[in-house]
Amino acid sequence: MSDHKKISIVCFSGDFDKMLAAYTIATGAAATNREVTMFFTFWGLNALKKQQGHSWLGKDFLSRMFNFLMGGKRNLPLSRLNFFGASPKLMSGMMKKNNVASLDELMEAASALGIRFYACEMSMHILGVTKEDLIDDVQEVVGVATFLNESEDAHIIFI
Amino acid sequence: MHFLDITRETCPMTFVKVKLQLAKMSGGEELEVILNEGEPLQNVPRSCEEQGYKVLSVEDCGDGDGKHRIIIKK
Repeated sequence: MSDHKKISIVCFSGDFDKMLAAYTIATGAAATNREVTMFFTFWGLNALKKQQGHSWLGKDFLSRMFNFLMGGKRNLPLSRLNFFGASPKLMSGMMKKNNVASLDELMEAASALGIRFYACEMSMHILGVTKEDLIDDVQEVVGVATFLNESEDAHIIFI
Repeated sequence: MHFLDITRETCPMTFVKVKLQLAKMSGGEELEVILNEGEPLQNVPRSCEEQGYKVLSVEDCGDGDGKHRIIIKK
């Protein structure tokens, strides 16, 4: 079906709340018959690491330090009032209490809905992260030209 | 007839659950969905029709709490 409406979401921020927004739009769009592409770059890559906590990924001292300090999906900070990482846990509790899907559930749904996941080659190169460090949902490591080609006729959302 | 209750779900999982359930079904099969009034009632039937599915019926469950029952044919 080539007459599909298309949405491309650039996941730049590695903030917990912004990642929730990105996945909410992505899954909502895919569930309402839109073709969705998510392009992860810079801090957004943290959400896709296989290692969900702090780990020494990378090939030199600086990239290993960066990756260790940033951590993975379990360490995504809240963009405001983070309180040294306590707030995302409190927020997750509040979401559960109100029957709002968790980030894990949204990520699972995104995968089941067939959303395309691309990771940014350039930022992975800087941070020393390889495709093997990322979850299997990531179909390809691509550059901006591929992203733009794939996003032709799509709404592009930058989060 | 397949069955799905999305009254305890919130956006966007309301749409997601319906979409994934319909994807599992074969053409011609029917799905009964219980949903809340407001956003789910306004948009779930509409998005199903946009995707080429037929909404056979929409009715109030009559419990007085806004729950509705819709039947979708794939």
